[in-house]
Formats: sequence, structure tokens, C-alpha cells
Amino acid sequence: MAESHFITIPILVRCTRCCGLSCRWGAIALLVLLTGCGDSWNNPHGEESASEAVLYASFSDRPQFMDPARSYTSTSYSFIQQIYEPPLAYHYLKRPYELKPLSAVRMPEVHYLDEYGNELPPGVPMEQVAYTEYRVEIRPGIRYQPHPALARREDGSYRYHGLTEADLEPVNVLADFPHTGSRELVAEDFVYQIKRLADPRRHCPIAGIIAEYIEGFAEFQAYIQNTEDVPMDLRGLSMSGVESLSRYSYRVRLKGTYPQFIYWLAMPFFAPMPWEADVFHEQPGMAQRNLTLHWYAIGTGPYMLTENNPNLRMVLERNPNFRGEPYPGEGEPGDAEAGFLTDADRTMPFIDRAVFSLEKESIPRWSKFLQGYYDLSGIGSDSFDQAIEYGGGGEVGLTDEMEAKGIVLRTAVDLTVFYMGFNMLDPVVGGYGERSRLLRRAISIAVDYEENISIFTNGRGIPAQGPLPPQIFGVREGEAGINPYVYRWENGQAVRRNIEEARDLMRQAGYQNGIDQETGKPLVLYFEAVGAGPDAKASLNWLRKQFAKLDIQLVIRATDYNRFRAKMRKGTGQIFQWGWHADYPDPENFLFLLYGPNAQVDTNGPNSANYKNPEYDALFSQMKNIPNGERRQQIIDQMLEILRRDAPWSWGFHPVSYILSHQWVHNNKPTTMSYNTLKYRRIDTGMRGAAIREWNQPTVWPIWAGLVVLAFLILPALIGFLRRERERGR
Amino acid sequence: MIAYIIRRVLYAIPILIGVNLLTFMLFFVVNSPEEVARLHLGDRYTTQEQVEAWKQEHGYDKPLLYNPDSAGLDSLTDTIFYTKSVRLFVFDFGNSDSGRNIGHDIRQRMWPSLAIAVPTLLLGLLLNTTLALMLAFFRASYLDVGGVVLCVILMSISSLFYIIGGQYLVGKLLQLVPISGYDTGFEAVKFLILPVIISVIYGIGSGTRWYRTLFLEEISKDYVRTARAKGLSEQWVLFRHVLRNALIPILTGVVVILPLLFMGSLITESFFGIPGLGSYTIDAIQRQDFSIVRAMVFLGTALYILGLLLTDISYTLADPRIRLR
Repeated sequence: MAESHFITIPILVRCTRCCGLSCRWGAIALLVLLTGCGDSWNNPHGEESASEAVLYASFSDRPQFMDPARSYTSTSYSFIQQIYEPPLAYHYLKRPYELKPLSAVRMPEVHYLDEYGNELPPGVPMEQVAYTEYRVEIRPGIRYQPHPALARREDGSYRYHGLTEADLEPVNVLADFPHTGSRELVAEDFVYQIKRLADPRRHCPIAGIIAEYIEGFAEFQAYIQNTEDVPMDLRGLSMSGVESLSRYSYRVRLKGTYPQFIYWLAMPFFAPMPWEADVFHEQPGMAQRNLTLHWYAIGTGPYMLTENNPNLRMVLERNPNFRGEPYPGEGEPGDAEAGFLTDADRTMPFIDRAVFSLEKESIPRWSKFLQGYYDLSGIGSDSFDQAIEYGGGGEVGLTDEMEAKGIVLRTAVDLTVFYMGFNMLDPVVGGYGERSRLLRRAISIAVDYEENISIFTNGRGIPAQGPLPPQIFGVREGEAGINPYVYRWENGQAVRRNIEEARDLMRQAGYQNGIDQETGKPLVLYFEAVGAGPDAKASLNWLRKQFAKLDIQLVIRATDYNRFRAKMRKGTGQIFQWGWHADYPDPENFLFLLYGPNAQVDTNGPNSANYKNPEYDALFSQMKNIPNGERRQQIIDQMLEILRRDAPWSWGFHPVSYILSHQWVHNNKPTTMSYNTLKYRRIDTGMRGAAIREWNQPTVWPIWAGLVVLAFLILPALIGFLRRERERGR
Repeated sequence: MIAYIIRRVLYAIPILIGVNLLTFMLFFVVNSPEEVARLHLGDRYTTQEQVEAWKQEHGYDKPLLYNPDSAGLDSLTDTIFYTKSVRLFVFDFGNSDSGRNIGHDIRQRMWPSLAIAVPTLLLGLLLNTTLALMLAFFRASYLDVGGVVLCVILMSISSLFYIIGGQYLVGKLLQLVPISGYDTGFEAVKFLILPVIISVIYGIGSGTRWYRTLFLEEISKDYVRTARAKGLSEQWVLFRHVLRNALIPILTGVVVILPLLFMGSLITESFFGIPGLGSYTIDAIQRQDFSIVRAMVFLGTALYILGLLLTDISYTLADPRIRLR
């Protein structure tokens, strides 16, 4: 700002002296243009921003909820995971993903109990276990961010816990409260949060599944549901399965066994919440001002949300009460060479502030990244060719333009599967007989996902061999890992089976040349499509073409997402596409998508194909309760073989994320499992400032050229006007 | 005039009810309250109990338009339509389906919309009037024909082209202003320059053509001929007589859109990242937040009715011969 005054004021002074009124207006226009711009006129962040330890990034979907009991989208997670600290977190560098303590001192102790609550010896058969108890010890000395909910008077009473409407009169945002306070994190805060998850008024999206496992959770839900005037502050109520054991330790008791619970402890749902936050935000008048926990977070993490305007920008600033945390000293092979261990053991966080700006449209977002005003970016389909080029061997690389700017590309396979499902309740494509099975397999061969990835995702994906994405335990490498019903292993790689083999399967199934041999009628199948706009049309046409290879007529039944979901719930769809992103990196979180008791028609579960195979279900029950190891691998192998044989899905693909960052962004390892990555990142501000200045020199001459052209346009009109006036005067 | 205004306000009530009913029907023909609840609660693990609890909390646990379980008037009032609509008439918009206070959001978001709309309107009015006067002055000349052709060309180009082209040229190539973004206070100026310039340029074609037509219509009237016969200069005729009389339809056209300036521009706000009311509405449609959609449609209707009323009043101010009864 100071620099901009030096530039503009002399112009104003000089012009008013020499040119008179018209120049004065021109100078004022320039002043307006230049104010706050300094060297780089197009800098949206202000001139000093380039030299501050600030990360600039964008988001396109607004985060809806900041309350960790409600939040369950990747957009919200990318903010709240910088703020809230559950007991565990994923190691930033190690792959496959590995849990480590975060606010916990160490990994939780697991105790197995009988039906009377007596502890069972280690190694006892899982069938004998009535309860599993997780005991978590948290680090002493962790403190909450400064927050008005924790502000106290000299006498120790809470300053803002008995607010009146008059007190709230001048308040519009949380920053309008002049006082803030903090306190130490205690185990009771974790217990309190689990009670909040059970409170139906909080609408925790996973409360239903938690109730199946945590003892007393369902009863707690029912009590609140059926009792009037239960206060939002839940300290007075107890949940039998969750208890604080001391100031720094608590236990969670599960019904039976559920080893995947350990992953839950890394989700924001299980992050601590101080009761004071509920008392503060539930006061009359707060909701009218949108001062709610959905909008304002309160955590112990490295950052705190200081501006929450998801329609414009979200600003995270360093939490002054954060204890500091060492950067990891070890990672996976190649991390040291990639520079990910340069900051080993240095205290995090490195960045003081992070500004996330809303950019709904991809074109301005991409342009601002290229100007250096965003430090990170994904790659939209419209800018893909500008950014990425493939080598002769298919290897991915940056274009010369990106290389010249020093932009760095990182890729990572998402723990996601996009699949095409067959409704197993459907009389044609569903069922467990050989006829429908062969039909599904033939379709699986015909629908060429290699081509789909190439056309619709610019090659950003890998064809799926089953429901498990790479880096999940249970996936085998090489020939052992392919789906033999769809692929052959040739020259060291998986090759999709020939379409003639698919046609042969059609013939075996009684659909030779797409004609049902039983009825003599053409085989017509129905695809449930979400939306049929211009964007979807190309992919739907492509899909029709894939089915046409087998002489199958594919009818597109386009609908909106709500109707689509209703069809899925009722089991009236036939063929559909859907996707799943991992909640946690365990094969159970993918294999349960085909577990019979999770059938969507019966329980509204995630098994949208309504696949039910008793053999598979029995193996699933075994697999989910045993730790990773050879035995588990064998069971998974069997499960995958059953799935590949039955083909309830055509396995689709796993997307690959391409992340671009500028050379001044360090420690930017892609992770698709955890979002608490901000604290690891480091910015070379000197390099950024220099690059932005170099890349953003305003070009002024076209303005003057435009004015000259305008003058040339106006001049003949002026001459004509004067001539006419003269002629009239005669 | 007071009686006229009261009568128009009373006329507005059935219109507002009708528009509200139409919005309600259109929304719930596509979505059932259950689907809305599931959309807000998320896909995964959502139980029927959670859906019911959400519906109850947000007032979607009643029948849509008619409650057969209630007697008398209650059969109409104990419905989603009535409970969600009645407070609108005192401009109490309540909370969105995600729990935020809509009135608070509108009060915050109307300022960025106005920050674009007001300068665009004023600059556009000034520029279009000037250009139209010039074309009217040089009527039937090459300049006039060329100007009209240029106006038609400008009108024929999509607004998206102006926006993307403007961002590319001014923000990316020349690097004179930020490509997109917004800030509060005086800092907002640098973000407003480009969207305002683009909006003004986009409006030149249609505005200038329309105003030129109005001026030409005035120029052919008897009083202009009389003025010329009196020996007045063309400049004097145009600025003192033609402009003054042609301004009546121009200003009344402007008055009708004045209240709607609050509502913002959908595409401009989206491309420039301006947090106004235009993007508020489209976000709500995408998130299927009926409460916001209903509130914004109601507000838009009410403001449009207000604009029409103000137009009528402005007629009386611009033309003393007109009386409102």
C-alpha cells in the first residue's frame, strides 16, 4: 500500500499543474486503478502478500459445516482438519497409509472383554469377545485456540456465557467479541464430542453406523430423541460405552470387535470439542447472527479459522497456542530424493496464514495460478493440454511452458473407485445364474475403460481390477492382481480381452448377436444416468457404443440425482455408475460395498448392486476382524475371485490426481487420505515475490493506443458535427 | 396517489402468493422433502430416523399443501406451504435448510451486487445516451449505419465471450487488474473495474440502439420541427428538447430495474468471484436449499412489483399530465 502512494500521488500533482481539469480526471482514474496495486497491478492479494509466509489456494465448492460432528465432505475436511485434532492421524509421508498418534500420546491400547466386562487374555478367539475397549491417553499441555467461548473474567466466570440481546447488538462476527480465552485440552472433551455425535439434533451423518458399534450410543440417541428439553450442553448425560478415566485418558467400549474403529479415531468426528463452545453458541441471538459451530470452529490444531466467508474466502491463521510438532523424519523410498525430508524434525507449522479464495470457474483459477497468485492447482480438462504432455512411452510430464515456470507436478492414485454396477435384483442383468453372469462378464470386457480414461479424464486414471484401489492392503501386483475374466497378462502387462471373447460369452449366455435366443427379441438394457446435459452426452454416447459392440441396445434413462438415488433405494434401476472414496485405508471399507447385509434395497446400505453371496459374506465377516497378514491376504484373494467371477460391477477405474505447485512450495506430497497437510507445507517467499514481479508487469501501452484510436474515431464525428453546425448557421 | 399505491400494494399480495405457490410446486414436483433431507444429510450411512429428525427440525414433516388429518382451516395451515410461506409476507425469511439466517446473508451479500450494478447502470446510462445522441445527430449517415451495425454485432455476442475475453485480455495479457476476486472497502475497487467495464461494454449494443430509436422518434415530432424552424441550433434542439423528452421512457425503464439491482448478476458474479446475491441464488438451487430459493424468488418478485410501482410514480414526476388514481 505504501509503495502504491509513492507511485500515484506524484502523477496526480504533476498533471494538475500542467494539464488542467481533463488531466486531473485522468490522473484520478489512474489513481483508482493503481491504488493498492504497486508493481503488480493485477495482484489480487495486495503487494506485501508475496513476501509473507502465506499460502494462497482456491476452492470451488463451498464448505458447508465446520462442526466436526456434522462435517463429512472433502471440502469441509480440507479446512477443519487444520483446526481440529482427533487422537490419531495418518503419517504424511509413508505409503501405504499408516496411523500415528496426533493428540494421543501413543496408539490406543486395545482390551478385549467378555460379556461381564472381564478382560480376556491376548490371542483369545474373536467369537469369545463381547466387548472391545480402546483406551486413549492424550498429551498433556495441549491448549485450545483463543476463542471468546473460553474467555473468563478475573473471578474465573465465563465472560460470554450469559449474553443478552443487548450484549449481542454490536456483534456480527466472532471477531467482534473483544476478549478471548483458552484452556487445556482434557479427555472429557473427547467424551463430550462422542456424545454430540449421538445427539440427533447435530445430524451426524455417520451416527447410524456408530450406533451399531459403540456401546450405549443408540440408547443415548433414543433418550435425547424421546426426551423434551434436553439441553445442548450434554455434560449432564452419560453414555455407558464412553468414559473419561482421568484428566488425560478415556475409553471407548465397542460391542464385539471392530478393528476398523482405530481408523475412526483419525476422523474429525472424534476430535475433541469443549463444552463451552456449545454453551456459547447456543445462546439466544447467536443463530440469528449465524454465530454457530457450523460456521466457527474451535480446535487445538496448528491453525484457526479467522475468516469464514465461503462465498469469498476462508482464512486460516497460525494458532498462537499450538504446541508445535516436528516434521516427520522418515518416509517412503524416494522421499529424500524428492526433497520431502529436507525439513525433517523441524518444528511445524511453517506457514503463518493460508488464504483460500472461492473460484467457481476454472479459467480464472488457472490463469491466476499461472500468474503465481495461487501456489497450488489441480488441472481442469480445458487446461490439460497446456500443462501436461505424454512422452513416447506414455510417461507423464509437464509442457515446456510449465517447465519454464518451474512448476512441479505430483500425481497420486486416489483411494476411490468409479464403477458401473449391475442391479443383482434385475431379472436380466442380475441374479446368480450362469446366464446373467456371462452377460455381465461380456459387458465388462466390452466397456473399454482404458479408452474411457483416455477420452474423458485425459488419462488420469487406472483401470480397476476389482473394488480395491492400489495402496490398499489386499491388492496384488502383477499378473496375480489382474481380473482374469476381463484381462490377459501379456508382455508384462494387463491387456483387455478381445471383443470376440465377449461375443463368445454372449453366445454362451444365449444372446448371440444381441438377440435373446429364448424370445427372439433384441436385447435391450437400461442405463440409469444422472443428468443428460451436453457434458454427459458425450460419455453416454460412448457408453452406447461400448454396448453396441455386443449388439446390445442401451437405453439411457436420464434423471436427476435425487431420483437416481430413489431408484437405487428401491432397486428399480438396471445398470448404473457410482463411485466410492475411502473413509479409511482398509480393504473392509471397499469390500463392504458388496457385502450382502449392506444391500441398499434392504438396509439403505452402501451395497448399491444389492449383491448377496453367502460365501463372500462369510469370508467378509472373517476378513474384517483380522489384522493385515498372510491369512487376511488369502481371504481377500478368495473374495476378489468370487467378485470377479460373479461380476456384480464392471470394475471401472481408480482416478489419479494431478497436483501442480509452484517451485516455491515445499513438502507438497499428495495425499488422498488425510487433509491436515497445511502444517507440513513451506513457502519460499523470496522466490515467490520475485517470480510474481517478473511474471506480472502491467502492459500499459494498449491503453494509450486505445485512447488514440478513440480520438481518431471521435475526431471525424466532431468535425462532422461542427461542419453541420456551420452549415445550419449559414 | 396514495389510494393508487395502496391499491397496487393490495394487488401485489395475490401475485406474491401465486409466485410463491408456483415456486413451491415446481420445487417439490422435482424433489420430495425426503430427498431434500437425504441430500442435506449426505449419501452414506443415513438412516430413516435421521431423515425423519431432519424433516421435523426443518419443518418438512407436514403434508405439502393439504393436511387431511387436520380439520377446518388447519387442513390448509398445518402444511409445509403455509408454515414456510406466511412469514415471508413480513420479510422474515427464516433459516436456510443448512441452518443459516437468510436475512443476515441477504444483508451481507447485497452490497457486492450493488457495487457492480450501480456503477454499471450509471456508466452504461451515460455512455449509451451519449452514443445514441451521436447516432441520432448523424442519422442516415455512414456513421449512423456503421454505429447500428456495430450495435447489432455487440448485441449478438454472448456475455460469456465478453467476460472470458475481457479476463484474458485485461487480466491475463495486459495484467492491468486482477482477473477475479473481491475485497471489502476501498480495496474492492481494483476488483470491480473489469466486471464493470465488461458489463458496460456488453450493454452498449442494446442500450444504444434502444435509446437511438427513442431519440429518432422524438426528433420526428412536431415540436422539434418547430424548434428548428425557430432557428435553434441542432445541438440545442438535441440536448434541450429531444434529450429531455426521450429521457422519460429511458428513466422509467431504469426505475423499473432499480430495485432488482440488489439481486445481482449470476454469470458476472460467478466468473469474477463476487460474493453477491446472484451467486447466492444459484448456489441455493444447486444445493437444493428450498428455503433460500423461495426467499430469493419472493424477494425478486416483491422488488419487481416495487419497481413497477416506482415506474408509475416516476411517470407522474416526469410528465405532469399523468395522474395516478
